[in-house]
Amino acid sequence: MLEHIELFFRSIFIDNMVFAVFLGMCSYLAVSKKVATAVGLGAAVIFVLGVTVPLNWLLDQYLLRDGALAWLGPEYADYNLGFLSFILFIATIATMVQLVEIVVEKFSPALYNSLGIFLPLIAVNCAILGGSLFMQSRDIQTFGLAVNYGISSGIGWFLAILTIAAIREKIRYSNVPPPLRGLGITFIITGLMGIGFQSFGGMLTGGDEVPPAEETTVEVPVKSEGTNTEQTVERTAVTGADSEKKEIENELSKKDKEISYTEAINR
Amino acid sequence: MALLTKKDANLIIDPLTDNNPITIQVLGICSALAITAELKASVVMAIAVIFVMGVGNVVISLMRNIIPAKIKIIVQLIVVATLVIVVDQVLKAFAYELSKTLSVFVGLIITNCIIMGRFEAFALGNGLWRSFLDGIGNALGYGVILVIVGFIRELLGSGTLFGYPVLGDPIAKTGLYATGYENNGFMIIPPAALIVVGIIIWVQRTQNPALVEEG
Repeated sequence: MLEHIELFFRSIFIDNMVFAVFLGMCSYLAVSKKVATAVGLGAAVIFVLGVTVPLNWLLDQYLLRDGALAWLGPEYADYNLGFLSFILFIATIATMVQLVEIVVEKFSPALYNSLGIFLPLIAVNCAILGGSLFMQSRDIQTFGLAVNYGISSGIGWFLAILTIAAIREKIRYSNVPPPLRGLGITFIITGLMGIGFQSFGGMLTGGDEVPPAEETTVEVPVKSEGTNTEQTVERTAVTGADSEKKEIENELSKKDKEISYTEAINR
Repeated sequence: MALLTKKDANLIIDPLTDNNPITIQVLGICSALAITAELKASVVMAIAVIFVMGVGNVVISLMRNIIPAKIKIIVQLIVVATLVIVVDQVLKAFAYELSKTLSVFVGLIITNCIIMGRFEAFALGNGLWRSFLDGIGNALGYGVILVIVGFIRELLGSGTLFGYPVLGDPIAKTGLYATGYENNGFMIIPPAALIVVGIIIWVQRTQNPALVEEG
């Protein structure tokens, strides 16, 4: 239960799709001029993420990762179809978006009309594919957590587009320098909001420590592909001064990715 | 006939300046921001996108008369995904460290809106050579911004370029650091990329007031 709550808040605030990893920026910038349309797109993103991440989790678990085919019989245990994940994930996403479009059109024409143009946009929204790829690289363990991850990162994206739309509605009344109007100021506001969201990093630890996901595993044996030598990576030794903290966090998240990549390869 | 007529040349030059995919068309922002903390990653990403867009535009242009309109998005996604898998596997084989730095963002080239946007807007309606030029031009426009942002962020954030220290040694206090200069940690964190791009847009529109938008 605790890990569900942690993952939920983590994906909404700390690893926010927009502010921490810049996913779905195109539609975020294009559709955030009015709150009403932003809400529509945000809701659609929550739904599609909530469906595709668990589906792709199943694909990854039972088809793609190294040894995933073991359920077919011991002779298949050595297969690693990981390189196919891009194409299968995007196929799932395109199919689901098409399906959602058909279902919504059939059962709620009003919603379909208000979402109409955005639904196909979702297929090429990087937040959706990014959700599945991060699900894969962060090694989400159970189906329940995958559902949770999909929905909560959707909520994080929703929150971001809602906030920026509200700000952009108000900013029309302020005197922005002409060259900065529109796109420029939106970028800068998003940057400032991103800085604000960075402070949520302390939310789950209560202050001075690095976010917990980085310090859960103490030592992870990593086999680097090129050399095939075992090496151990310390992931918790973070006692640096405050000024260095950002750099260290950066390093850590890099290592995090590195580790999940190599883990995925070795599994 | 010259290899590049003036009209053809514009296909490459326009996206570099007045029709830049990132600062004007607002496409493909995600990856532009996420991997620009290091110049090397930016350059590799730019090359990957140039490859995917050049080849992808040609393929789509060749198939433009046989793709049924109803499934064109899926066909486009499959073409891009195939090319991206090639890029990803090549990176993993020859530049493993770098592929780890880029992590999921190589995969996200698939959903880079520049690619889908150019397929839709250009390759589906134009011949092979012009589509190729258009793809290369737009990818270059994207790459230019990526390299500028990567350059600024790595120089100010870490004092290095391509990993080589250019401002002196921060620990031994040589070079610029001897004067009391400190690395700007702000440039390394993700939001800095947004602000740098915002400033690039500001500068570009100050120089060319025709690009200023309303609201």
